[in-house]
Amino acid sequence: MEDLLAARLQMAVSLGFHIIFACIGMAMPFLMAISGYKYLRSGKEVYKDLTKAWSIGVAIFFAVGAVSGTALSFELGLLWPTFMEHAGPIFGMPFSWEGTAFFIEAIALGLFLYGWDRLHPWVHWSCGVVVGISGVASGIFVVAANAWMNAPAGFDWVDGQAYNIDPVAAMFNEAWFSQALHMTIAAFVATGFAVAGLHALLLLKDKQNLFHKTAMRIALSVGTVAALLQPLSGDISAKDVAKRQPAKLAAMEALFETSKPAAFVIGGIPDEAAREVNYAIHIPNLLSYLAHGDFNAEVTGLDAFPADEQPPVLITHLAFQIMVFCGMLMALIGLLFLLFNWRWKHLLMRRWFLWTVTLSMPLGFIAVEAGWTVTEVGRQPWIIYGIMRTEDAVSSMPGLEVTFYIFTGLYLLLIFILVWLMRRQIKTLQDKYQSAKIHEPIN
Amino acid sequence: MLYIVIIFLGLSLLAYALLGGADFGAGIIEIFSGNVTKRTITHAIAPVWEANHMWLILMVVILFMGFPLIYSQMSLYLHIPLLILLIGIILRGTAFTFRHYDAIEDRSQIHYSFIFKLSSIISPLFLGIITGALILGRINPEPTSFYEGFIAPWLNGFCFMLGVFTCCLFAFLAAVYLIGEAESPSIRGRFLHFARNANVATVVSGGLVFVFAEWNGLPLARMFLDSQGALLAIILATLSLPLFWWSLLKRQVILPRLLAGFQTLMILGAWFWDQYPVILRYSNGHYLGLLNTAAPEATLRQLALALLFGSLLILPSLFFLMKTFKAKTFSE
Repeated sequence: MEDLLAARLQMAVSLGFHIIFACIGMAMPFLMAISGYKYLRSGKEVYKDLTKAWSIGVAIFFAVGAVSGTALSFELGLLWPTFMEHAGPIFGMPFSWEGTAFFIEAIALGLFLYGWDRLHPWVHWSCGVVVGISGVASGIFVVAANAWMNAPAGFDWVDGQAYNIDPVAAMFNEAWFSQALHMTIAAFVATGFAVAGLHALLLLKDKQNLFHKTAMRIALSVGTVAALLQPLSGDISAKDVAKRQPAKLAAMEALFETSKPAAFVIGGIPDEAAREVNYAIHIPNLLSYLAHGDFNAEVTGLDAFPADEQPPVLITHLAFQIMVFCGMLMALIGLLFLLFNWRWKHLLMRRWFLWTVTLSMPLGFIAVEAGWTVTEVGRQPWIIYGIMRTEDAVSSMPGLEVTFYIFTGLYLLLIFILVWLMRRQIKTLQDKYQSAKIHEPIN
Repeated sequence: MLYIVIIFLGLSLLAYALLGGADFGAGIIEIFSGNVTKRTITHAIAPVWEANHMWLILMVVILFMGFPLIYSQMSLYLHIPLLILLIGIILRGTAFTFRHYDAIEDRSQIHYSFIFKLSSIISPLFLGIITGALILGRINPEPTSFYEGFIAPWLNGFCFMLGVFTCCLFAFLAAVYLIGEAESPSIRGRFLHFARNANVATVVSGGLVFVFAEWNGLPLARMFLDSQGALLAIILATLSLPLFWWSLLKRQVILPRLLAGFQTLMILGAWFWDQYPVILRYSNGHYLGLLNTAAPEATLRQLALALLFGSLLILPSLFFLMKTFKAKTFSE
């Protein structure tokens, strides 16, 4: 395997692994805090049990996220030393803040997990909220750094050297807001649906289980609100990408030729050699509107860029389609949930609805991974858009593929153990709640 | 601003050596004492271990933002030991968490414990090896072979011995700390016993570091003798040893901890004083240091601000965390 490919794959594996835990670390503390709030307000044991069960989930996922995040802070240098040598002083600022946020998160989580009997209940609860707030802040900082790679700012690039560095301008680059917003909401969608799906699965086995009913309702509410907001943030992102990175947008939409007006392509398989999209549905004028807010606007196609500056079309387009499809599906399920919860509560416990929620469990994370693929692959061949090529940034140490295999093996093993561990957690929960036959309406 | 950043780098290193070090050391102690001490160790480090390891991330961020060339060159030439360190850190954190939170206690605990213990020794060993490789001066910026470029700088007696010394020091710190955390007199006795042995091992391996340095062509002893500050620090650390032994005999809890911390500070201080401002030595006589690789002033200013402001947030929270869970120590 070529070293550049190995390094890119390792980065993809590491980020793809870490992003799952980062998302859970951003959103799950809030689920835990909602349940904790309800416990403090109502005094019902089920909320306390739920808060504790979810906090163990947060603890396990946070620990894995912490170590995989540590790994990433080293991997940036191990794989891309040239990139870090130039980029470090420019885009390092959000990382220096992320360190603080993450520190606070670790401290607050320690207090929340082990402080049940040592802290005043509301102080304890506040620690849980701080975990969530600092988790979201960490996420926003890291995304701001990534946004800088898409929208480099805060320096002058002369003869391969950066001058007039302004870290503040680099952090608040043009892409940071749209990317941070999209990622944060995505974390809530993905975590909300994954948690709801898990509890729906367990409800299928035991429909009267109050614990899982409560859990599914909280998680699905959070996931639904986020899933309905996400298209709005997606629109902001699309318009931003259209303006800043037209090549990425063209690859997302497999728009090989500049068009006026441009059609929105749904599905289809781009043929990069023939420069056309097969089996796709075209909706006339829609892309012009989505990209520029005008049904007749011109949208830049890939033909506007030299061949060696075009991102891979097939992967970017498919990943984009998958992301949008999963997002739409979850928004629909969310609407259904709102409708049932409003008028027909009994339908929430129907097997087909529980199955729908169960099957939606991975959708949010598939969307997150796909979206991340769009933003990373869609930026290629650049590591810093328009400034530095990925191939020029890679480590000169030969044999990077060995590193890649080791890391991939390690992460696969960790995922395997985590799934196994979660099953064991759930099994003990089942045992505890099986005997409790409480018939209470879902309200 | 540069000096604020350098001070923070030094403080993070010290904090990581003390807190992260005691954390690693607890795993090393478990290798020797097994299940007897597992409960105490888990109890003592579970609420704080993630915060302890944040200091490492802080150092990495300070390096890549403030001293980018050091970070990138080190990542390039010490790729392999850094990779092993990372694998150690990943395995250790996850094994500890899995062991702690696994809902069912069965044979899987044995596997978690094995990985936890193994990685508790690999990580500090390679921390020491990396530190040694930075100063030994075998990093060749124009390597002619893979071995010369990516293996020879760190695979040698001096680096290995420094790794062993790091393990001994961390185990020593952990034992001294855990004495006060023990739940029963018999476990307390075990930690006391271990603290004595680890102390001897630290002193012996520390001496061997100098011997191995000479063997690998690094005049470490002379470098320390020539530097008055470093010499003074080593003398102070040695002089505090009898006091330390006395305080252990008197069954004190706080004083040995303070002295162990003082000795670590002196060792790191001597190192820093002796080497400053050099961080990475090349085989051709050139070096990368804190003064000749620093990022532009605008970057350092933002970094220093983030560090200062971050400390205002972190230190009180950290104190609150320690106070909440280490109240036992504070009341003694």
